[in-house]
Amino acid sequence: MKKLLIWLILFNITLLFASGTIGEGTKSETLNMPAIVMFILFVVATLGITYWASKRTNTAKDFYTAGGGISGTQNGMAIAGDYMSAASFLGITGMVYLKGYDGLIFSIGFLVGWPIILFMISEQLRNLGKYTFSDVTSYRLRQKPVRILSALGSIAVVILYLIAQMVGAGKLIEILFGLDYEIAVVIVGALMVAYVAFGGMLATTWVQIIKAILLLSGTTFMSIMVMSHFDFSFDTLFTAATKVHPNGEAIMIPGGLVSDPISAISLGIALMFGTAGLPHILMRFFTVADAKEARKSVFVATGLIGYFYILTFIMGFGAIVLVLGAEGNIYWDETAGTLKGMNNMAAVWLAHVVGGDYFLGFISAVAFATILAVVSGLTLAGASAISHDLYANVLEEGVCDEAKEMRVSKMATIAIGVAAIFFGIAFEEQNIAFVVALAFTIAASANFPVLFASIFWKGLTTRGAVIGGYMGLISALVLVILGPVVWTQILGFGEPLVPYKFPAVFSVPLAFIAIWFFSITDKSDDAQICKDAFDAQDIRAQTGIGAEGASEH
Amino acid sequence: MTTKDVGTIKNNSKYQELVSKRKRFAWILTIIILVVYFAFILLIAFSPEILGARVSENSMMTYGIPVGIAIIVFAFILTGIYVQRANGEFDRLLVELKEEIGE
Repeated sequence: MKKLLIWLILFNITLLFASGTIGEGTKSETLNMPAIVMFILFVVATLGITYWASKRTNTAKDFYTAGGGISGTQNGMAIAGDYMSAASFLGITGMVYLKGYDGLIFSIGFLVGWPIILFMISEQLRNLGKYTFSDVTSYRLRQKPVRILSALGSIAVVILYLIAQMVGAGKLIEILFGLDYEIAVVIVGALMVAYVAFGGMLATTWVQIIKAILLLSGTTFMSIMVMSHFDFSFDTLFTAATKVHPNGEAIMIPGGLVSDPISAISLGIALMFGTAGLPHILMRFFTVADAKEARKSVFVATGLIGYFYILTFIMGFGAIVLVLGAEGNIYWDETAGTLKGMNNMAAVWLAHVVGGDYFLGFISAVAFATILAVVSGLTLAGASAISHDLYANVLEEGVCDEAKEMRVSKMATIAIGVAAIFFGIAFEEQNIAFVVALAFTIAASANFPVLFASIFWKGLTTRGAVIGGYMGLISALVLVILGPVVWTQILGFGEPLVPYKFPAVFSVPLAFIAIWFFSITDKSDDAQICKDAFDAQDIRAQTGIGAEGASEH
Repeated sequence: MTTKDVGTIKNNSKYQELVSKRKRFAWILTIIILVVYFAFILLIAFSPEILGARVSENSMMTYGIPVGIAIIVFAFILTGIYVQRANGEFDRLLVELKEEIGE
């Protein structure tokens, strides 16, 4: 195993250098040496951490949860590192650059899910679960059907999210580093498998922490530089932006992004409750010692993520003036009518304006690191759903030795890596925006309602959870397919059968109603067992008595 | 945990105090953040001109910007308030409860 790791390190470095030298011959214009050097430094450092972590990852508990010994502050930083994806960094800055105020609406939606997670879920999750959130949903219900449901919900969200990240990563790296799209996707896939398979949760956590620090320092520097251009006056910044932007003063007010009330509320529900149903985020709560540390993690994470979103707003407006308004239009692509490399590159070009070639290299490397940290967390969550839920608890019915479960988890990691590379290449030309929307909608419609009901509602039965969960999952899927993005834009079938982009306003209540209805009408013996087990579960959820502790090391 | 233990803990006054206080507090905070967020979303959907109004005649700043930033800061403060009380009062109650039942 160790030899394989060293081999992988060499393989990646060679691949980078090889593509670098080939690149020099073919697209020397786009090859970005400072970025490649910084990125190699990051890769070497994180693979070193992985090697260190691999020596400390011996048991299943180490692999899934880093032994439960991560501190609240560290976990908060890792959560922030997990959540501040390239989509937030490049996407939201790009959206502010393009639409002004509307970008802020998305930021707020992504943030307000966090207090809800803290008040409603984090402690109970920590007290009841072991490795995955399926441990919690299946705590007092019949194991098999509920685990299969939650594992499918997890895998669906993980794969969709991974596709979005891989395609984004490939495109980004193609532009930033001058590497071929396929090579970029393979590098991302190989690195994430290395981190997860060898270093498990410990390596993944540290990759996320380092990335969070890099991203936050880079964006802080950029924001300060932007503000220094405008004498640290927001008024001067906004006035300058309205003069440069083609939409003028319209960028200062809420525009057409969320036009009708149904879409607005639906988007709100998907963002708010979707976060509380993302398996890779929920899994992070099992890495801390107890409920107290779980609370602290959310506090730290909310602060860092909120701060970061405020910075994206400053950077977006800064990009309007300094990138769009740059002398000689050097960042403008005349034929495409957008910024070079599309509008999502606003943050990257802004780095060039304020910090020159080397800072551009730094920010490019940070963007790549961002993607790696996010895909690693996703891969680990997906592998856990396969090995811990489907294999150990469903197939082997909870009686299987740990070594075997670990082997399956590593095989699952590799399988997910291969699938991610395959999908990343297959989806290259696809519109990936709907994929993220779908991931959040499924998380909000299938995972969240079952998790919420299992923690809070005594009357929940196996039948209610399973039927409600699948109804949420399927209705979310069908409504998205019949909606404007898939039906009209991707399939080209004309007018959408469902006029809403985000169907969460229908699918989430549907899941809750089905859970309620099929539980209260369930008069089976199993239903009685589920209800009788609630009091013991609730005591553990409330007090942590009997909960999984941290392992000793 | 045996059925008897469950009964003992459930009827313990410290346990009941802890659970009812925390549940109440968590729900109040949840409702506050939901109301604030959906009020913001509905305002955007139904009357965007309110948030689009300028703060003063000679400023480009609109009300929407401080309001938006304030919601982000407010969400963070709410998590701080919860953690403060949970790590203090609630954890104290929990320690007392555990002593009483001999955990």
